[in-house]
Amino acid sequence: MHRGFARLLLALLGLVIGAVALTGVAQAAGPAIIAVVTDANKAPIAGVTVTVTGPDGFTGTGETGADGTATIEVPKSGKYVITLDESTIPGGAAVKDGPERTANVLSGNKKILFPVGVPDDGGGGGDSGGAGGITLDRVLQLILDGVVLSLIIALGALGLNLIFGTTGLSNFAHGELLTLGAFTAFVLNVWWGIDLLIAAPIAIALSGLLWGWGQNQILWKPLRKRGTGLIAAMIVSIGLAIALRYTILFIFGGTPKSYAQFAGQPGLELGPIFITPKAIVLSIIAIIVLVATILWLKSSRIGKATRAVSDNPALASASGVNVERVISVVWVVGAILAAYAGIFLGVTQNVVWTMGQFLLLTMFAAIVLGGLGTISGAIVGSFVVGITVQLSTLIVPTELKTGAALLLMIVLLLVRPQGLLGRPERVG
Amino acid sequence: MDLGFVLTQSITQAIGVTAIIYLLATMGLNIQFGYTGLLNFGQIAFVAIGAYAIGVFMIQWQQNPWPSWMPWQTLVPNLWVAILYALLLSVILALILGIPTLRLRADYLAIVTIATGEIIRLAFKSTDPLGGSQGINGKMGQDFYDLNPFPQQDRFDFGPLTYTRADLWVVICGWVVIGLLLLLTWALMRSPWGRVLKGIREDEDAVRSLGKNTYLRKMQALILGGLFGALSGIFWAIAKQSVQPDSMVPAFTFFCYTILILGGAARVMGPVLGAIIFWFLLVFVEQFLLLLIDNGTITFLVPTQVGPIRFILVGLGLMLLMIYRPQGILGDKKELALDAR
Repeated sequence: MHRGFARLLLALLGLVIGAVALTGVAQAAGPAIIAVVTDANKAPIAGVTVTVTGPDGFTGTGETGADGTATIEVPKSGKYVITLDESTIPGGAAVKDGPERTANVLSGNKKILFPVGVPDDGGGGGDSGGAGGITLDRVLQLILDGVVLSLIIALGALGLNLIFGTTGLSNFAHGELLTLGAFTAFVLNVWWGIDLLIAAPIAIALSGLLWGWGQNQILWKPLRKRGTGLIAAMIVSIGLAIALRYTILFIFGGTPKSYAQFAGQPGLELGPIFITPKAIVLSIIAIIVLVATILWLKSSRIGKATRAVSDNPALASASGVNVERVISVVWVVGAILAAYAGIFLGVTQNVVWTMGQFLLLTMFAAIVLGGLGTISGAIVGSFVVGITVQLSTLIVPTELKTGAALLLMIVLLLVRPQGLLGRPERVG
Repeated sequence: MDLGFVLTQSITQAIGVTAIIYLLATMGLNIQFGYTGLLNFGQIAFVAIGAYAIGVFMIQWQQNPWPSWMPWQTLVPNLWVAILYALLLSVILALILGIPTLRLRADYLAIVTIATGEIIRLAFKSTDPLGGSQGINGKMGQDFYDLNPFPQQDRFDFGPLTYTRADLWVVICGWVVIGLLLLLTWALMRSPWGRVLKGIREDEDAVRSLGKNTYLRKMQALILGGLFGALSGIFWAIAKQSVQPDSMVPAFTFFCYTILILGGAARVMGPVLGAIIFWFLLVFVEQFLLLLIDNGTITFLVPTQVGPIRFILVGLGLMLLMIYRPQGILGDKKELALDAR
């Protein structure tokens, strides 16, 4: 216990020193004003100029991106006036309730909504989101978006499921493995100026070593030795998730970031659908990675040992499987998969401290849908969840799309608690 | 700003509105998780239902009835009726959560409850008749403030602590309600009904073999804890006169867990001690760091980094407590295995 404590204390000390050292390099992380410009159908409007004025003569401007948001960092908390330049709105529509807003900015980010136009006009050039009509083109586009999202979820869910299978831990800090992977690549790529094509593999390898193997060695292995229960361990993982997430916020600030390369890539139009080349390449790599991981689990020696431990740790141990070694390998594999998912998400969207947290519940939904602990179940579940999330925007508001997938999970639990591919097991 | 100000702030917050909101929710969690062992990770769902019921019935649908033909002004004539609806809705939510999951393993309840909390938050956020992303603001607790017996004066001083007339009334009523609920919890948990709950936590199969309907008891515990959560939400709406979808995040529930484990789960006074210490420390750390930054002692931090530090400490605190002292301050390690279902 005392050794364990000393070790944990040392690790925490390292974390704090590292964090403080890194902040010396980091840009000052101020609060930010996020202006969200949407049309009558709640579709984002790009290219609108937003001006912020505040105390001490502060002025800042920003232009909304493809997601309809403009982020303007402000130096300190206080009262700010946010003005939208109506002449830059495509089609010359006006902002509902006028183009000027005032906001009291405290420590966090402040989101300001600018709804444009009245609900009955056709709504300019917005191509995604919102409750537009159901057309074949839109369905195809959403299925494609859904497949891309599914691959990201599957990469995370597979690792989450492997860790759950071998150790019984419902790891609520798994989302942070994605975030850590993405930010490791961000440090290499943006702070140290390494090209992303080289930085990404290094970041993935580092993630496997530091965030996977290291996390297991420092935290989870000693806890297993102490015989900490599964529910206690689950709560520990929640604490870890909070601590890691806010450490990332502390170091990098809350503003979404992009990598130095591949940031604003023009999309390709393939008939009715629209996709960026980077998303195609990353998806193909993701499919190869997933297939390779499954083949490795099915046929290699350590893969078979992993499945044996998932099935029955005591029996596997008695048959000569080194259970601790298998668990170490699983943590490394889980962290590598998650890091790739994080970089995938970072390249196609952006790098932000909450990225993993938002995906955690969809990952859990995926493995519950597929069957807790089953390997192919995690993949099948991910595709069900990912495509549901995107297709649901045909009927429900875009903001509710994650809710649709979670609802699907709850409904499935009612009729088939063991999941799509799980074995029935009577509990309680 | 000096150390005295920091201390006064910390004490005010430790017994203030936010602490009361968290404490009420945590007392519900104590019944569900502490006594019965139910892993409810979605206490925020009950809080949101309670808070939104008040906001929607008292403000939103009074001004813009939805559906437009519904006579909400006659159906919800005052705050007290709205509170009844809020409690009723939280019971319905508990039934919806409990029926599919209470027969399954503990982690299923955990995942379903946290998912439900998110569904509810996203539903409120994306539905304009329920406030949409701006939430609901307005005098939703006017009926309550009209009962304020304190004389009309600007401020009330109690030693270093200062309250406005409205704040004093809110805080006193909050603690009176907490006192009554503590008494209720204490009485219930020493009754045969409470002993069955603790039995379920320790060994559900053994309790079932004695002929008890554990499913029903777990459901009752979920409902009772959910009612406490709804009261927390009702208090939130009345005291803050504002409900925002983005305040209803899963982190709320995890804060409640930290408070519960800090004070000691399965102890009547555990959540009270936990909430007071938790909020005192949280505010003290924040204000103290701000003070040091303000007078130039700390130069490597900017004020906006203080917020994250608080949360890092909460996360580390939850981890360390769970590892080294899962029974918290008041708990009994022998009684509380913390790993039953």
